[in-house]
Amino acid sequence: MAEAKEKKQQRAPIETGAPDGFQYMHPTMRKNFGQWKWHDHPKPGVLRHASNSGDEIWTVRAGTQRILDVFTLRTLCDIGDKFADGFVRFTIRSNIEYMVNDASKVDPLIEALESEGFIVGGTKNSVAMISHTQGWLHCDIPGTDASGVVKAMMDELIDEFKNNDMPNRVHMTTSCCQINCGGQGDIAINIQHTKPPKINHDLVSNVCERPSVVARCPVAAIRPAMVNGKASLEVDEKKCICCGACFPPCPPMQINDPEHSKLAIWVGGNHSNARSKPTFQKLVAAGIPNNPPRWPEATAIVKRILSKYKEDAKDWERINDWIERIGWPRFFELTELPFTKYHIDNWRGGRKTLNSSTYIRF
Amino acid sequence: MKKHDTPMLDELENGPWPSFISGIKRLRDKHPEERINEMTNDLLGQLEHSYETRKGYWKGGTVSVYGYGGGIIPRFSEVGDAFPKSKEFHTLRVQPPAGNFYTTDILRKMADSWEKYGSGLVTFHGQTGNIMFIGSTSDATQHFFDEINEYGFDLGGAGPCVRTAMSCVGAGRCEMSNINEHKAHRLLVNNFIDDMHRPALPYKFKFKVSGCANDCMNSIERADMSIIGTWRDDIKIDQAEFKAYVDLKGRKYVIDNIVTRCPTNAISLNDDDSVTIDNQNCVKCMHCLNVVPKALHPGDDKGATVLMGGKRTLKIGDLMGTVIVPFMKLETQEDWDKLVEIAEESIDFWADNALEHERCGEMIERIGLVNFLEGIGIEVDPNMVGNPRESSYFRGDGWDGEAVKWYERADAADKGTA
Repeated sequence: MAEAKEKKQQRAPIETGAPDGFQYMHPTMRKNFGQWKWHDHPKPGVLRHASNSGDEIWTVRAGTQRILDVFTLRTLCDIGDKFADGFVRFTIRSNIEYMVNDASKVDPLIEALESEGFIVGGTKNSVAMISHTQGWLHCDIPGTDASGVVKAMMDELIDEFKNNDMPNRVHMTTSCCQINCGGQGDIAINIQHTKPPKINHDLVSNVCERPSVVARCPVAAIRPAMVNGKASLEVDEKKCICCGACFPPCPPMQINDPEHSKLAIWVGGNHSNARSKPTFQKLVAAGIPNNPPRWPEATAIVKRILSKYKEDAKDWERINDWIERIGWPRFFELTELPFTKYHIDNWRGGRKTLNSSTYIRF
Repeated sequence: MKKHDTPMLDELENGPWPSFISGIKRLRDKHPEERINEMTNDLLGQLEHSYETRKGYWKGGTVSVYGYGGGIIPRFSEVGDAFPKSKEFHTLRVQPPAGNFYTTDILRKMADSWEKYGSGLVTFHGQTGNIMFIGSTSDATQHFFDEINEYGFDLGGAGPCVRTAMSCVGAGRCEMSNINEHKAHRLLVNNFIDDMHRPALPYKFKFKVSGCANDCMNSIERADMSIIGTWRDDIKIDQAEFKAYVDLKGRKYVIDNIVTRCPTNAISLNDDDSVTIDNQNCVKCMHCLNVVPKALHPGDDKGATVLMGGKRTLKIGDLMGTVIVPFMKLETQEDWDKLVEIAEESIDFWADNALEHERCGEMIERIGLVNFLEGIGIEVDPNMVGNPRESSYFRGDGWDGEAVKWYERADAADKGTA
């Protein structure tokens, strides 16, 4: 009987995959698909795209809290229905965009968004919304709460989000572990573990597939061991780089350390091919306290880097372009950050990051 | 219901940026559904506990819907006794429409379904590109999925499988678009839908599609297979618009910000303020088009560059994707079939040859690009390298045969038979 009931409840999924976005696209965009001719940027937070047909589409972009409650989602929908044409999209950095085909709709739309507390901006040479991961709210391996870090930082960077007076766009990311789900950024704020995992030997054999855990270690520092008569794992703490890669497949190898897990700041990651090939971000600061609820130490360093970049970089230089021009010694001098032995890369292939020339600025 | 004190989280309600904590509190205090009030109350309690102790308290597990093996991130609380109403707090990863387009109608429909079964918290989108419906009990996942699946939404990937893909706004709004980004996105990911829903690959595999080299989808650095729009004929120039820009900004600005920023010195400003581009040496980096979008446009002979192997740190360090197809057209059915075939060959070869938990780029790093190319049936091309080999240690006893192949391919290309 129970089995029959169970069977009745089972509904085969319809494996439709990624839906066609066309059905949700503004009619002006559908009509002009592939026919766009140019765009401009009438003011912060607003883009105008013009088509070969003469049609125009105006986009208003707004920052949100990313983790939306249904009330907020409905408020965004209400604004879309009342002040836009009912069509929206989300950017890769979780901003919402409203698209309208009439310039006169732009200002009332901005006013409606701002009166509900959303922040219009994030276009062109702004500090864009920080892309981030979930953190303590949901992740199983987080060393910090990226959502909280982002809220605290965006509170302080809000003017840079709303205006366009940086040399070029600034894409920031935060991540709650060294896997860096937030991704490469002009500035990235990531957790950095500084101590090897603490192992709960009573649990390892029940919870972890030991050979997989051994295989997961990037520096072969983990080996099987009998501890207190139980099959467990041990870590060669001299070899261990405290990356935390063993923690996801083996949670009894606790890497998160309330005292010793710190934040690190990386700069110069750039996804775009414009001007130079894409670049990975580089370490500039570590040992920063993981200090909830507002992480003031990390925000202060980010603001210092941004203010020097804004002051010193030329138009169109992203942070990586700027440092490429002025050199790393000058970067550390300007930002008053210490240069340490930890900045010198000793990972495989790291030698190519050294200066094999006499190019030195005096 | 006794509300948990949240003195630390309360600090995140200060300041001008919208607060996710205020949003969770709205669900706790104002939602008509008691289940949601209690669930979000305990969620806030656990989160406050994390803030106080600087530790996370979620662990994984196994939860899926009937017929699938993945698509849901299971979360069980390690402190569920203290916060029982949110002790199961799974996330459903749902694939967004290509290009992330929505109507307010469809968003309202999702909100209605989600508050019926879940916590009422949702993110557009997670870092892989999914709509993240955050906070469901094990029992509710099936009901919620059944409901949204009926109106056209499907779960994404989680675990060792083909993951949810991403594509930029593309031809929908952007003049820099060189391909139908959304078609590429859907074609690829929907072709591998079985590999997405039933995780059985060595590790994750991601597709990302950007319409131009600005790569707004971050595909080179984040996708196992990256498809980027480009063109191979001349940049289109509207000289009148260019002169207007020079007039507006001045010659010095144009020289300093366009001419000298060109990575291959392919652009020069003429004495009459018009512009000349050495198209043969232009690498389509997009910088000059970005600066003067009214005057400079992609050419007509559009297509895509395909790169393979991008990923973040775990395990051997960051890898960027590398070129495996310098240029391919994406217009005819045959073109699209070829793109899918490249993806199929790559995933098959990787599934057969990768170690457990080894990304495609890590496998290529381990076995060498040439072995990978031979495995998927693609010929070598100098566009695949930044420069040829530097190390003098190699075994070249097949050289003559390989040289002959090169000339044969060149002849075939001349005759148009390749």
